[in-house]
Amino acid sequence: MPEDNNPVIEVIDLSASYGHEPILHDINFKVNPNEVFAVLGGSGCGKSTLLKHITGLYCPVKGDIIIHGESIVKASGDKRREIMRSFGVTYQGGALWGSLTVGENVSLPLEEYTSLSRKQIRAVVDEKLHLVQMDGFRDYMPAELSGGMRKRAGLARAMALSPKLLFFDEPSAGLDPITSARLDELILRLRDECDTTIMVVTHELDSIFTIADRVIMLSKETKSIVAEGDPRYLRDKSPDPWVREFMTRGASLRLAGSIPQST
Amino acid sequence: MPVKVARYVEIVGDAGWSVGRAVASMVSFVGELSIALAYAVLHPRKIRWRETLYYMDMCGSGALPICALICFLMGLILGFQGALQLHKYGGDIFLADFVAVLIVKEMGPLMIAVISTGRAGSAFAAEIGTMKVSEEIDAMLTMGFVPSRFLVIPKIIALVTVLPLLTIFGDLVGIVGGFIVGYTRLELPLSAYYNRTLISITPMYFAEGLIKSVVYAFIIAAVGCMRGFESDKDAQGVGRAATSAVVTSVFFLAVADAIFAVIFGVIIGR
Repeated sequence: MPEDNNPVIEVIDLSASYGHEPILHDINFKVNPNEVFAVLGGSGCGKSTLLKHITGLYCPVKGDIIIHGESIVKASGDKRREIMRSFGVTYQGGALWGSLTVGENVSLPLEEYTSLSRKQIRAVVDEKLHLVQMDGFRDYMPAELSGGMRKRAGLARAMALSPKLLFFDEPSAGLDPITSARLDELILRLRDECDTTIMVVTHELDSIFTIADRVIMLSKETKSIVAEGDPRYLRDKSPDPWVREFMTRGASLRLAGSIPQST
Repeated sequence: MPVKVARYVEIVGDAGWSVGRAVASMVSFVGELSIALAYAVLHPRKIRWRETLYYMDMCGSGALPICALICFLMGLILGFQGALQLHKYGGDIFLADFVAVLIVKEMGPLMIAVISTGRAGSAFAAEIGTMKVSEEIDAMLTMGFVPSRFLVIPKIIALVTVLPLLTIFGDLVGIVGGFIVGYTRLELPLSAYYNRTLISITPMYFAEGLIKSVVYAFIIAAVGCMRGFESDKDAQGVGRAATSAVVTSVFFLAVADAIFAVIFGVIIGR
Protein backbone atom coordinates (compact mmCIF):
# COMPACT_ATOMS: atom_id res chain seq x y z
CA MET A 1 0.00 0.00 0.00
CA PRO A 2 1.52 3.33 -1.03
CA GLU A 3 0.78 5.17 2.22
CA ASP A 4 2.77 2.57 4.19
CA ASN A 5 6.05 3.79 2.71
CA ASN A 6 6.24 6.74 5.07
CA PRO A 7 8.77 6.13 7.82
CA VAL A 8 7.31 4.88 11.09
CA ILE A 9 9.86 6.82 13.15
CA GLU A 10 11.70 9.94 12.07
CA VAL A 11 14.35 11.44 14.31
CA ILE A 12 15.31 14.96 13.24
CA ASP A 13 18.33 16.87 14.56
CA LEU A 14 17.96 15.30 17.96
CA SER A 15 20.23 16.53 20.73
CA ALA A 16 19.86 14.87 24.11
CA SER A 17 21.41 15.15 27.51
CA TYR A 18 21.22 13.18 30.73
CA GLY A 19 20.88 15.84 33.38
CA HIS A 20 23.61 18.32 32.53
CA GLU A 21 25.68 15.79 30.64
CA PRO A 22 25.32 16.01 26.81
CA ILE A 23 24.90 12.53 25.38
CA LEU A 24 23.77 12.88 21.78
CA HIS A 25 24.26 15.61 19.23
CA ASP A 26 22.33 16.19 16.00
CA ILE A 27 21.06 12.65 15.52
CA ASN A 28 19.12 12.02 12.29
CA PHE A 29 17.65 8.71 11.14
CA LYS A 30 14.46 7.05 9.93
CA VAL A 31 12.90 3.68 10.72
CA ASN A 32 10.93 2.20 7.82
CA PRO A 33 7.73 0.20 8.11
CA ASN A 34 8.07 -3.52 8.74
CA GLU A 35 11.80 -3.57 9.41
CA VAL A 36 13.86 -4.60 12.40
CA PHE A 37 16.07 -1.62 13.21
CA ALA A 38 18.90 -1.96 15.71
CA VAL A 39 20.77 0.71 17.66
CA LEU A 40 24.28 -0.35 18.60
CA GLY A 41 27.20 1.15 20.38
CA GLY A 42 29.61 0.74 23.25
CA SER A 43 28.62 1.21 26.89
CA GLY A 44 27.60 4.73 27.75
CA CYS A 45 27.13 5.84 24.15
CA GLY A 46 23.52 6.82 24.75
CA LYS A 47 21.58 3.90 23.23
CA SER A 48 19.13 3.60 26.12
CA THR A 49 18.91 7.38 26.44
CA LEU A 50 17.99 7.57 22.75
CA LEU A 51 15.31 4.94 23.27
CA LYS A 52 13.86 6.80 26.25
CA HIS A 53 13.69 9.98 24.20
CA ILE A 54 11.91 8.27 21.32
CA THR A 55 9.40 6.59 23.65
CA GLY A 56 8.57 9.98 25.13
CA LEU A 57 10.04 9.48 28.61
CA TYR A 58 12.62 12.25 28.25
CA CYS A 59 12.34 15.60 26.48
CA PRO A 60 15.11 16.36 23.99
CA VAL A 61 17.24 19.45 24.31
CA LYS A 62 16.75 20.08 20.61
CA GLY A 63 15.15 18.40 17.63
CA ASP A 64 11.99 16.44 16.90
CA ILE A 65 10.79 12.85 16.93
CA ILE A 66 7.93 11.88 14.62
CA ILE A 67 6.09 8.61 15.24
CA HIS A 68 3.39 7.52 12.79
CA GLY A 69 3.35 11.05 11.42
CA GLU A 70 2.85 12.80 14.79
CA SER A 71 5.48 14.65 16.80
CA ILE A 72 5.75 13.04 20.23
CA VAL A 73 7.95 15.94 21.38
CA LYS A 74 5.39 18.64 20.60
CA ALA A 75 2.35 16.65 21.77
CA SER A 76 1.22 16.93 25.39
CA GLY A 77 -1.37 15.47 27.74
CA ASP A 78 -3.96 13.18 26.18
CA LYS A 79 -2.51 13.47 22.66
CA ARG A 80 0.89 12.34 23.91
CA ARG A 81 -0.60 9.39 25.77
CA GLU A 82 -2.50 8.44 22.62
CA ILE A 83 0.74 8.32 20.64
CA MET A 84 2.36 6.24 23.39
CA ARG A 85 -0.49 3.75 23.25
CA SER A 86 0.30 3.08 19.60
CA PHE A 87 3.58 1.39 20.49
CA GLY A 88 4.77 -1.19 23.01
CA VAL A 89 8.00 -1.04 25.02
CA THR A 90 9.84 -3.87 26.73
CA TYR A 91 12.32 -2.97 29.43
CA GLN A 92 15.60 -4.57 30.45
CA GLY A 93 14.31 -6.17 33.63
CA GLY A 94 10.79 -6.69 32.38
CA ALA A 95 9.45 -3.84 34.53
CA LEU A 96 6.39 -5.87 35.50
CA TRP A 97 4.14 -4.22 38.08
CA GLY A 98 5.08 -6.12 41.23
CA SER A 99 1.70 -6.10 42.97
CA LEU A 100 -0.14 -7.67 40.00
CA THR A 101 0.08 -11.21 38.63
CA VAL A 102 1.51 -11.85 35.17
CA GLY A 103 -2.02 -12.16 33.78
CA GLU A 104 -3.10 -8.93 35.43
CA ASN A 105 -0.02 -7.15 34.06
CA VAL A 106 -0.95 -8.17 30.52
CA SER A 107 -4.66 -7.49 30.95
CA LEU A 108 -4.33 -4.00 32.46
CA PRO A 109 -3.94 -2.17 29.12
CA LEU A 110 -6.81 -4.22 27.73
CA GLU A 111 -9.04 -3.30 30.67
CA GLU A 112 -8.17 0.37 30.36
CA TYR A 113 -8.30 0.87 26.62
CA THR A 114 -10.70 -1.70 25.20
CA SER A 115 -14.30 -2.57 25.88
CA LEU A 116 -13.68 -6.31 25.76
CA SER A 117 -15.45 -8.53 28.26
CA ARG A 118 -13.54 -10.29 31.04
CA LYS A 119 -13.72 -13.55 29.11
CA GLN A 120 -12.41 -11.94 25.94
CA ILE A 121 -9.58 -10.23 27.81
CA ARG A 122 -8.63 -13.56 29.37
CA ALA A 123 -8.48 -15.10 25.91
CA VAL A 124 -6.21 -12.33 24.61
CA VAL A 125 -3.95 -12.67 27.67
CA ASP A 126 -3.65 -16.43 27.09
CA GLU A 127 -2.85 -15.81 23.42
CA LYS A 128 -0.10 -13.29 24.23
CA LEU A 129 1.39 -15.51 26.93
CA HIS A 130 1.40 -18.39 24.46
CA LEU A 131 3.31 -16.25 21.94
CA VAL A 132 6.13 -15.78 24.47
CA GLN A 133 5.93 -19.39 25.69
CA MET A 134 4.64 -18.44 29.13
CA ASP A 135 1.44 -20.54 29.07
CA GLY A 136 0.44 -21.55 32.57
CA PHE A 137 2.15 -18.62 34.26
CA ARG A 138 -0.88 -16.35 34.29
CA ASP A 139 -1.36 -16.43 38.07
CA TYR A 140 2.30 -16.12 39.03
CA MET A 141 3.57 -12.97 40.73
CA PRO A 142 6.58 -11.29 39.07
CA ALA A 143 8.74 -12.01 42.12
CA GLU A 144 8.23 -15.74 41.53
CA LEU A 145 9.70 -15.64 38.02
CA SER A 146 13.26 -15.83 36.76
CA GLY A 147 14.82 -12.86 34.98
CA GLY A 148 14.24 -14.34 31.54
CA MET A 149 10.61 -15.12 32.30
CA ARG A 150 10.02 -11.59 33.53
CA LYS A 151 11.38 -10.23 30.26
CA ARG A 152 9.08 -12.51 28.27
CA ALA A 153 6.08 -11.54 30.39
CA GLY A 154 7.02 -7.89 29.84
CA LEU A 155 7.01 -8.55 26.11
CA ALA A 156 3.57 -10.17 26.33
CA ARG A 157 2.34 -7.04 28.11
CA ALA A 158 3.90 -4.76 25.47
CA MET A 159 2.04 -6.76 22.79
CA ALA A 160 -1.30 -6.73 24.63
CA LEU A 161 -2.86 -4.11 22.37
CA SER A 162 -1.16 -5.65 19.29
CA PRO A 163 0.79 -2.48 18.46
CA LYS A 164 2.38 -2.09 15.04
CA LEU A 165 5.54 -0.66 16.61
CA LEU A 166 7.62 -2.33 19.30
CA PHE A 167 10.70 -1.17 21.19
CA PHE A 168 13.12 -3.56 22.85
CA ASP A 169 15.69 -2.39 25.38
CA GLU A 170 18.48 -5.00 25.49
CA PRO A 171 16.15 -7.96 24.86
CA SER A 172 18.84 -10.67 25.07
CA ALA A 173 20.69 -9.37 28.10
CA GLY A 174 20.68 -12.03 30.81
CA LEU A 175 18.98 -14.68 28.68
CA ASP A 176 20.46 -18.12 28.04
CA PRO A 177 21.38 -18.84 24.37
CA ILE A 178 18.31 -20.97 23.67
CA THR A 179 15.84 -18.47 25.10
CA SER A 180 17.68 -15.71 23.29
CA ALA A 181 17.42 -17.57 19.99
CA ARG A 182 13.70 -18.18 20.57
CA LEU A 183 13.22 -14.47 21.25
CA ASP A 184 14.99 -13.65 17.96
CA GLU A 185 12.63 -16.07 16.18
CA LEU A 186 9.67 -14.33 17.80
CA ILE A 187 10.91 -10.92 16.69
CA LEU A 188 11.24 -12.15 13.11
CA ARG A 189 7.75 -13.71 13.25
CA LEU A 190 6.31 -10.44 14.53
CA ARG A 191 7.92 -8.62 11.62
CA ASP A 192 6.80 -11.11 8.99
CA GLU A 193 3.40 -12.30 10.21
CA CYS A 194 2.10 -9.32 12.14
CA ASP A 195 3.45 -6.43 10.02
CA THR A 196 5.21 -5.02 13.06
CA THR A 197 8.06 -2.51 12.96
CA ILE A 198 10.65 -3.21 15.61
CA MET A 199 13.40 -1.06 17.07
CA VAL A 200 15.98 -2.84 19.20
CA VAL A 201 18.69 -1.42 21.43
CA THR A 202 21.34 -4.07 21.88
CA HIS A 203 24.94 -5.08 21.58
CA GLU A 204 24.45 -8.83 21.24
CA LEU A 205 26.10 -9.45 17.87
CA ASP A 206 24.55 -12.89 17.28
CA SER A 207 21.10 -11.38 17.57
CA ILE A 208 21.97 -8.41 15.39
CA PHE A 209 23.08 -10.54 12.47
CA THR A 210 20.03 -12.76 12.84
CA ILE A 211 17.29 -10.20 13.13
CA ALA A 212 18.41 -6.71 12.13
CA ASP A 213 17.59 -5.35 8.68
CA ARG A 214 19.37 -2.06 9.33
CA VAL A 215 21.47 -0.73 12.16
CA ILE A 216 22.91 2.55 13.36
CA MET A 217 25.98 2.70 15.52
CA LEU A 218 26.45 5.42 18.11
CA SER A 219 29.79 6.66 19.36
CA LYS A 220 30.49 7.98 22.83
CA GLU A 221 33.33 10.14 21.57
CA THR A 222 31.53 11.95 18.80
CA LYS A 223 28.07 11.67 20.46
CA SER A 224 26.61 10.92 17.04
CA ILE A 225 25.94 8.18 14.48
CA VAL A 226 29.19 6.77 13.08
CA ALA A 227 27.68 4.10 10.84
CA GLU A 228 24.33 3.22 9.32
CA GLY A 229 23.20 0.36 7.10
CA ASP A 230 23.04 -3.39 6.72
CA PRO A 231 24.94 -5.03 9.62
CA ARG A 232 26.62 -7.61 7.41
CA TYR A 233 27.88 -4.90 5.06
CA LEU A 234 29.21 -2.87 8.00
CA ARG A 235 31.01 -5.92 9.37
CA ASP A 236 32.72 -6.76 6.11
CA LYS A 237 33.11 -3.52 4.22
CA SER A 238 32.75 -0.52 6.49
CA PRO A 239 35.43 2.12 5.83
CA ASP A 240 35.68 2.80 9.58
CA PRO A 241 38.02 0.26 11.29
CA TRP A 242 36.35 0.83 14.67
CA VAL A 243 33.00 -0.21 13.21
CA ARG A 244 34.50 -3.37 11.76
CA GLU A 245 36.21 -4.11 15.08
CA PHE A 246 32.94 -3.72 16.95
CA MET A 247 31.01 -5.93 14.53
CA THR A 248 33.60 -8.72 14.71
CA ARG A 249 34.29 -8.52 18.44
CA GLY A 250 37.84 -7.45 17.84
CA ALA A 251 38.53 -10.27 15.38
CA SER A 252 39.43 -7.85 12.61
CA LEU A 253 42.14 -6.32 14.80
CA ARG A 254 43.40 -9.74 15.91
CA LEU A 255 43.79 -10.73 12.26
CA ALA A 256 45.72 -7.52 11.58
CA GLY A 257 48.04 -8.35 14.50
CA SER A 258 47.02 -5.43 16.74
CA ILE A 259 45.55 -7.73 19.40
CA PRO A 260 47.49 -10.91 20.30
CA GLN A 261 45.67 -14.11 19.44
CA SER A 262 44.69 -16.13 22.51
CA THR A 263 46.39 -19.55 22.56
CA MET B 1 37.32 41.27 47.55
CA PRO B 2 35.09 41.34 44.43
CA VAL B 3 35.80 37.65 43.86
CA LYS B 4 34.52 36.77 47.35
CA VAL B 5 31.37 38.85 46.87
CA ALA B 6 30.75 37.19 43.51
CA ARG B 7 31.08 33.79 45.22
CA TYR B 8 28.43 34.68 47.82
CA VAL B 9 26.09 36.03 45.17
CA GLU B 10 26.56 32.77 43.27
CA ILE B 11 25.71 30.71 46.35
CA VAL B 12 22.58 32.73 47.08
CA GLY B 13 21.54 32.55 43.44
CA ASP B 14 22.05 28.78 43.32
CA ALA B 15 20.11 28.27 46.53
CA GLY B 16 17.28 30.50 45.36
CA TRP B 17 17.12 28.62 42.08
CA SER B 18 16.96 25.24 43.90
CA VAL B 19 14.23 26.42 46.23
CA GLY B 20 12.30 27.86 43.30
CA ARG B 21 12.55 24.58 41.40
CA ALA B 22 11.48 22.60 44.49
CA VAL B 23 8.45 24.82 45.00
CA ALA B 24 7.56 24.61 41.31
CA SER B 25 7.73 20.82 41.31
CA MET B 26 5.61 20.68 44.48
CA VAL B 27 2.97 22.94 42.92
CA SER B 28 3.03 20.85 39.76
CA PHE B 29 2.57 17.65 41.79
CA VAL B 30 -0.37 19.12 43.73
CA GLY B 31 -1.96 20.19 40.44
CA GLU B 32 -1.54 16.73 38.89
CA LEU B 33 -2.92 15.18 42.06
CA SER B 34 -5.98 17.43 42.06
CA ILE B 35 -6.78 16.41 38.51
CA ALA B 36 -6.39 12.74 39.44
CA LEU B 37 -8.63 13.22 42.49
CA ALA B 38 -11.30 14.96 40.42
CA TYR B 39 -11.15 12.10 37.93
CA ALA B 40 -11.51 9.59 40.78
CA VAL B 41 -14.54 11.38 42.18
CA LEU B 42 -16.18 11.49 38.75
CA HIS B 43 -15.32 7.88 37.87
CA PRO B 44 -15.47 5.94 41.14
CA ARG B 45 -15.56 2.63 39.28
CA LYS B 46 -12.12 3.34 37.83
CA ILE B 47 -10.51 3.56 41.26
CA ARG B 48 -8.11 0.71 42.05
CA TRP B 49 -10.10 -0.63 45.00
CA ARG B 50 -7.95 -3.69 45.60
CA GLU B 51 -4.87 -1.54 46.17
CA THR B 52 -6.90 0.91 48.27
CA LEU B 53 -8.06 -1.87 50.59
CA TYR B 54 -4.49 -3.14 50.89
CA TYR B 55 -3.30 0.30 52.03
CA MET B 56 -6.24 0.64 54.43
CA ASP B 57 -5.10 -2.58 56.03
CA MET B 58 -1.44 -1.59 56.07
CA CYS B 59 -1.95 1.96 57.37
CA GLY B 60 -5.04 1.31 59.51
CA SER B 61 -5.34 -2.03 61.20
CA GLY B 62 -1.59 -2.55 60.89
CA ALA B 63 -0.98 0.60 62.91
CA LEU B 64 -3.31 -0.22 65.81
CA PRO B 65 -0.69 -1.76 68.13
CA ILE B 66 1.85 1.07 67.86
CA CYS B 67 -0.85 3.74 68.05
CA ALA B 68 -2.33 2.09 71.14
CA LEU B 69 1.08 1.97 72.80
CA ILE B 70 2.08 5.56 72.06
CA CYS B 71 -1.32 7.08 72.77
CA PHE B 72 -1.58 5.17 76.03
CA LEU B 73 1.85 6.47 76.99
CA MET B 74 0.79 9.97 76.01
CA GLY B 75 -2.32 9.65 78.19
CA LEU B 76 -0.20 8.50 81.12
CA ILE B 77 2.28 11.38 80.68
CA LEU B 78 -0.39 14.04 80.26
CA GLY B 79 -2.28 12.60 83.19
CA PHE B 80 0.79 12.50 85.40
CA GLN B 81 1.99 16.02 84.61
CA GLY B 82 -1.54 17.41 84.64
CA ALA B 83 -2.25 15.80 88.00
CA LEU B 84 0.95 17.29 89.43
CA GLN B 85 -0.06 20.84 88.55
CA LEU B 86 -3.82 20.59 89.16
CA HIS B 87 -3.35 19.04 92.60
CA LYS B 88 -1.61 22.20 93.80
CA TYR B 89 -4.79 24.21 93.27
CA GLY B 90 -7.26 21.54 94.34
CA GLY B 91 -8.34 21.06 90.77
CA ASP B 92 -7.98 17.24 90.84
CA ILE B 93 -11.40 16.64 89.32
CA PHE B 94 -10.49 18.68 86.26
CA LEU B 95 -7.78 16.19 85.28
CA ALA B 96 -10.37 14.51 83.07
CA ASP B 97 -11.09 17.80 81.29
CA PHE B 98 -7.42 18.52 80.84
CA VAL B 99 -6.54 15.13 79.38
CA ALA B 100 -9.65 14.78 77.22
CA VAL B 101 -9.59 18.22 75.62
CA LEU B 102 -5.85 18.21 75.01
CA ILE B 103 -5.92 14.76 73.46
CA VAL B 104 -9.06 15.11 71.35
CA LYS B 105 -8.27 18.59 70.13
CA GLU B 106 -4.51 18.51 69.61
CA MET B 107 -2.35 15.63 70.75
CA GLY B 108 -4.38 12.73 69.44
CA PRO B 109 -4.50 13.84 65.80
CA LEU B 110 -0.90 15.02 65.88
CA MET B 111 0.55 11.89 67.49
CA ILE B 112 -1.35 9.58 65.15
CA ALA B 113 -0.21 11.69 62.20
CA VAL B 114 3.44 11.58 63.23
CA ILE B 115 3.26 7.80 63.77
CA SER B 116 1.64 7.42 60.35
CA THR B 117 4.30 9.59 58.75
CA GLY B 118 6.94 7.18 59.94
CA ARG B 119 4.92 4.13 58.99
CA ALA B 120 2.89 5.00 55.92
CA GLY B 121 4.65 8.11 54.60
CA SER B 122 8.10 6.52 54.38
CA ALA B 123 6.60 3.26 53.06
CA PHE B 124 4.83 5.10 50.24
CA ALA B 125 8.02 6.95 49.29
CA ALA B 126 10.11 3.76 49.37
CA GLU B 127 7.55 1.80 47.38
CA ILE B 128 7.28 4.37 44.60
CA GLY B 129 11.05 4.99 44.65
CA THR B 130 11.71 1.26 44.20
CA MET B 131 9.22 1.17 41.32
CA LYS B 132 11.21 3.99 39.77
CA VAL B 133 14.43 1.98 40.03
CA SER B 134 12.89 -1.08 38.35
CA GLU B 135 11.40 1.09 35.55
CA GLU B 136 7.83 0.13 36.53
CA ILE B 137 6.86 3.83 36.41
CA ASP B 138 8.42 4.19 32.94
CA ALA B 139 6.40 1.15 31.86
CA MET B 140 3.24 2.89 33.07
CA LEU B 141 4.13 6.11 31.27
CA THR B 142 4.91 4.46 27.94
CA MET B 143 1.63 2.58 28.13
CA GLY B 144 -0.14 5.93 28.33
CA PHE B 145 -1.18 5.53 31.98
CA VAL B 146 -1.11 8.41 34.45
CA PRO B 147 0.91 7.08 37.41
CA SER B 148 -0.95 9.31 39.90
CA ARG B 149 -4.18 7.43 39.23
CA PHE B 150 -2.67 4.03 39.92
CA LEU B 151 -0.14 4.84 42.59
CA VAL B 152 -1.24 7.96 44.50
CA ILE B 153 -5.06 7.93 44.58
CA PRO B 154 -5.42 4.54 46.34
CA LYS B 155 -2.94 5.66 49.00
CA ILE B 156 -4.69 8.98 49.60
CA ILE B 157 -8.16 7.45 49.77
CA ALA B 158 -6.91 4.77 52.15
CA LEU B 159 -5.12 7.15 54.51
CA VAL B 160 -7.89 9.77 54.52
CA THR B 161 -10.33 7.01 55.48
CA VAL B 162 -8.31 5.28 58.21
CA LEU B 163 -6.52 8.17 59.89
CA PRO B 164 -9.68 9.67 61.45
CA LEU B 165 -10.63 6.20 62.70
CA LEU B 166 -7.15 5.67 64.11
CA THR B 167 -7.38 9.10 65.73
CA ILE B 168 -10.62 8.21 67.50
CA PHE B 169 -9.04 4.96 68.65
CA GLY B 170 -5.94 6.80 69.87
CA ASP B 171 -8.06 9.40 71.66
CA LEU B 172 -9.91 6.67 73.58
CA VAL B 173 -6.72 4.88 74.56
CA GLY B 174 -5.14 8.17 75.66
CA ILE B 175 -8.13 9.08 77.79
CA VAL B 176 -7.95 5.66 79.42
CA GLY B 177 -4.28 6.30 80.15
CA GLY B 178 -5.20 9.57 81.80
CA PHE B 179 -7.80 7.79 83.87
CA ILE B 180 -5.26 5.23 85.09
CA VAL B 181 -3.20 8.11 86.50
CA GLY B 182 -6.25 9.88 87.88
CA TYR B 183 -7.38 6.71 89.65
CA THR B 184 -4.02 5.67 91.03
CA ARG B 185 -2.58 9.03 92.00
CA LEU B 186 -5.59 11.25 92.64
CA GLU B 187 -8.09 8.55 93.56
CA LEU B 188 -10.59 9.89 91.05
CA PRO B 189 -13.59 7.57 90.77
CA LEU B 190 -14.37 6.19 87.31
CA SER B 191 -17.83 7.75 87.22
CA ALA B 192 -16.46 11.23 87.95
CA TYR B 193 -13.70 10.92 85.37
CA TYR B 194 -16.13 9.54 82.81
CA ASN B 195 -18.69 12.31 83.35
CA ARG B 196 -16.15 15.14 83.24
CA THR B 197 -14.66 13.66 80.08
CA LEU B 198 -18.02 13.61 78.35
CA ILE B 199 -18.87 17.14 79.47
CA SER B 200 -15.56 18.61 78.37
CA ILE B 201 -15.45 17.17 74.86
CA THR B 202 -17.73 19.48 72.92
CA PRO B 203 -18.83 18.58 69.38
CA MET B 204 -16.61 21.43 68.21
CA TYR B 205 -13.48 19.91 69.70
CA PHE B 206 -14.36 16.50 68.31
CA ALA B 207 -14.95 17.92 64.84
CA GLU B 208 -11.71 19.87 65.06
CA GLY B 209 -9.76 16.70 65.84
CA LEU B 210 -11.32 14.83 62.92
CA ILE B 211 -10.86 17.65 60.41
CA LYS B 212 -7.22 17.85 61.42
CA SER B 213 -6.74 14.12 60.94
CA VAL B 214 -8.24 14.26 57.42
CA VAL B 215 -5.95 17.12 56.41
CA TYR B 216 -2.93 15.42 58.01
CA ALA B 217 -3.74 12.20 56.12
CA PHE B 218 -3.76 14.09 52.86
CA ILE B 219 -0.43 15.74 53.64
CA ILE B 220 1.27 12.48 54.67
CA ALA B 221 0.11 10.53 51.60
CA ALA B 222 0.80 13.33 49.12
CA VAL B 223 4.27 14.12 50.48
CA GLY B 224 5.21 10.43 50.70
CA CYS B 225 4.23 9.84 47.09
CA MET B 226 5.87 13.03 45.87
CA ARG B 227 9.21 12.13 47.45
CA GLY B 228 8.91 8.67 45.96
CA PHE B 229 8.51 10.07 42.44
CA GLU B 230 11.50 12.36 43.00
CA SER B 231 13.72 9.53 44.24
CA ASP B 232 17.08 8.86 42.60
CA LYS B 233 17.35 5.56 40.78
CA ASP B 234 19.52 3.71 43.28
CA ALA B 235 19.24 2.10 46.70
CA GLN B 236 20.61 5.09 48.59
CA GLY B 237 18.29 7.37 46.63
CA VAL B 238 15.28 5.38 47.78
CA GLY B 239 16.50 5.59 51.36
CA ARG B 240 16.92 9.35 51.07
CA ALA B 241 13.44 9.64 49.56
CA ALA B 242 11.92 7.77 52.51
CA THR B 243 13.76 9.96 55.01
CA SER B 244 12.83 13.12 53.13
CA ALA B 245 9.19 12.04 53.06
CA VAL B 246 9.11 11.89 56.86
CA VAL B 247 10.96 15.18 57.38
CA THR B 248 8.90 17.12 54.82
CA SER B 249 5.65 15.60 56.13
CA VAL B 250 6.41 16.59 59.70
CA PHE B 251 7.23 20.11 58.52
CA PHE B 252 3.89 20.46 56.73
CA LEU B 253 2.05 18.84 59.64
CA ALA B 254 3.47 21.53 61.92
CA VAL B 255 2.48 24.27 59.48
CA ALA B 256 -1.03 22.82 59.18
CA ASP B 257 -1.35 22.56 62.95
CA ALA B 258 -0.37 26.20 63.32
CA ILE B 259 -2.91 27.25 60.70
CA PHE B 260 -5.58 25.22 62.46
CA ALA B 261 -4.68 26.84 65.78
CA VAL B 262 -5.36 30.22 64.20
CA ILE B 263 -8.56 29.11 62.48
CA PHE B 264 -10.09 27.33 65.45
CA GLY B 265 -8.60 29.43 68.20
CA VAL B 266 -8.82 32.95 66.87
CA ILE B 267 -11.30 33.02 63.99
CA ILE B 268 -13.90 30.61 65.32
CA GLY B 269 -13.07 31.21 68.96
CA ARG B 270 -13.25 28.76 71.89
